[in-house]
Amino acid sequence: MEKYFLLIMAMTLVTYLPRVFPLLFLHELKLSPKIQEFLSNIPYAVLGALIVPGVFYSTGNLSYSMVGAATAVLMAYFNLNLLLVVLGSILSIFLFQIWL
Amino acid sequence: MTVKSIQQSELDICSKQRGLKDGIVASLPIAIGYIPIAITFGVLAQATGLTLFQALSMSLFVFAGASQFVGINLIAMGVPFAEIVVTTFILNFRHFLMSSSLVTKFAPMKNGLLAIVGFGITDETFSLASLQPGQLSGPFLIGLNFTAYAAWVGGTGLGVILAAGMPPVLQSSMGIALYAMFIGLLIPSMKKSIKIASVAIIAGLTNIVLYNYLSVGWSIILATITGAFIGTFFFKGGKK
Repeated sequence: MEKYFLLIMAMTLVTYLPRVFPLLFLHELKLSPKIQEFLSNIPYAVLGALIVPGVFYSTGNLSYSMVGAATAVLMAYFNLNLLLVVLGSILSIFLFQIWL
Repeated sequence: MTVKSIQQSELDICSKQRGLKDGIVASLPIAIGYIPIAITFGVLAQATGLTLFQALSMSLFVFAGASQFVGINLIAMGVPFAEIVVTTFILNFRHFLMSSSLVTKFAPMKNGLLAIVGFGITDETFSLASLQPGQLSGPFLIGLNFTAYAAWVGGTGLGVILAAGMPPVLQSSMGIALYAMFIGLLIPSMKKSIKIASVAIIAGLTNIVLYNYLSVGWSIILATITGAFIGTFFFKGGKK
């Protein structure tokens, strides 16, 4: 019991430090334009890496995942509200499962 | 915040900084995605033999989806605790990159506030916050992160208490939720700029390859650096 709590505290520490360090030390620091550009590219790179290949395994069934992902891509392409994209994608898989 | 209204407010030159309430509203897609995953975590934690208190305190303190799942998996396998901590560190080190990027968008704020905001940085809150227009205020970030946090902790408790999970049909459908959100964030930006599209595609392709050789954590870190690096040094001009 106590050992679990120690484990959780250690996990907290190694999770929290990488999150907060850059905030405290890079805040209000002047960075060179190239570094700034690199950092501004990171969100898009992170999204690319988070989506593939994870999305294919997201539902435990490749065809369900493809249906959901395709629906999301289509809805996002037409600039629909983010909440609608999420709900529409869930619904598409839900209906796909019921009809098959 | 709708994608359409984001584009409109980008045109709005003197759009004022958004506050707590805007952060909460912006975070709703994350909350919807988190709840089923947190319930699943609660159910698994219970099956692993963790008590309600232990499962909840992991979600309360660690607040990191992937490493919590890996964590209870390793606990179940009887892996030594030191090894679990190292794995957690590797898995979450990507947040170092994310924080470094996100902080460039922050409005001036006190260190205490930064320390609180930093706790709430996850893949999802980071992605959503980075793609907001303009500077990010402290209250907006608190609203965004806290809503996600509340959904995560609440869902965990619900999962342990239910311990049966949701109907399988619904559960497999909900698995797509966070990915749909990532797609919803990325596609409109990719449409706007060839460079952004290339950065995302290069990172994704790199991750598909590295995924087979490295742990999830390292794979995402290296894929992100590769995509962002190529975008910075091999694409001239930037925005279309």
